[in-house]
Amino acid sequence: MSTRNIVAVIFFVIVAVFLVFGALMMHPFGEPEVTDMDQYIIDNTQGETGADNSVTSVVFDYRGFDTLGEATVLFTAVAGVILIFRRLKK
Amino acid sequence: MIYNIPYIAVVALILIGLYAVIFKRNLIKIVIGITLIESGVNLFLITLAFREGSIAPIYRGSGSNPLNMSLPVPHALTLTSIVIGVAVLALMLSLIIHIYKHYNTLDVSKIGREKE
Amino acid sequence: MSGMSRIVKTVTNVAFPIVMIYGLYVIAHGHLTPGGGFQGGAVVASGLAMLLVAYGSVWTMGKVKEKQLSVLESLGAIGFIGLAFLGILMVFVYTSFQGNFFNNFLINQDKIPIFNEIGEGFANINTAGVIPLMNFAVGLKVIAGLFAIVLVMAYATRLKGVKQK
Repeated sequence: MSTRNIVAVIFFVIVAVFLVFGALMMHPFGEPEVTDMDQYIIDNTQGETGADNSVTSVVFDYRGFDTLGEATVLFTAVAGVILIFRRLKK
Repeated sequence: MIYNIPYIAVVALILIGLYAVIFKRNLIKIVIGITLIESGVNLFLITLAFREGSIAPIYRGSGSNPLNMSLPVPHALTLTSIVIGVAVLALMLSLIIHIYKHYNTLDVSKIGREKE
Repeated sequence: MSGMSRIVKTVTNVAFPIVMIYGLYVIAHGHLTPGGGFQGGAVVASGLAMLLVAYGSVWTMGKVKEKQLSVLESLGAIGFIGLAFLGILMVFVYTSFQGNFFNNFLINQDKIPIFNEIGEGFANINTAGVIPLMNFAVGLKVIAGLFAIVLVMAYATRLKGVKQK
């Protein structure tokens, strides 16, 4: 048992105790803390955007800036993959 | 305490993924461990959006009660997280193909020890 | 990698248009049913990956180069950002208009007569302003991006003539 293995086991045990202790102290499943923002979005989706799907109106209308960031991440990943397998023509 | 079963499932997924990242030696098994941690975090995000006895947040014709719907904002955050997971997985697998062509082995303890 | 037998190719010929039509349905009805741009784009990319597995990567790379897929993906990204910027630029067309970034400028007005209804109950497909146009732009971007990733990774690992270093 080298020192690297002992350090790895101690780190794993510490993270496991931390996570289990956190999971048992969460609020009960099924009673979230309902804020004013979620109730406003559910009530006013058909009036302001005209869409029936609340999730699509959150992704593209109320929080469209996050979708812009996600499209940039997808574009960067495709550019990186094509860059790795480039063939230099001689 | 029986009502906290989804949170215990999240912790189990994250711990199995963390065990595969720390204690395994094949490169493909390490990548599978990273994907398991990603799935555990997505499950945690979507567990936070449930109300007692609710339906999906989509309006139908008549008989859709706006007091009985789930919260729509964590659904949108989970969508973004899934797409970012796919992008990271594609880049990791491309780098593994490139490493295999150069070193002809997939063992982590035999790579990168050259004295040049 | 090489293609598969004749039975697999015949079944792929039958199943490929059905998968494409289902994926385009999920993209187009993104504001009425569960779905949208990202989900429908993943379905269509899975159908194209089925085509790649059945016919081999050498044949598919001869038909579709990665340069054309990169042009399609850039068109999708430019369309999405252009629709976001039009929310600001509409101030120059109508004088009594207040614009933000990502504003929904095609709803509740009757100067441009497309996509401007609000339907209670069973809504039609020409509601919800600028959201269906954004769905098409993001769907095109995801289709081209995922198919380019799978095609380039499959072509780089073909078995004849792999050079070491």
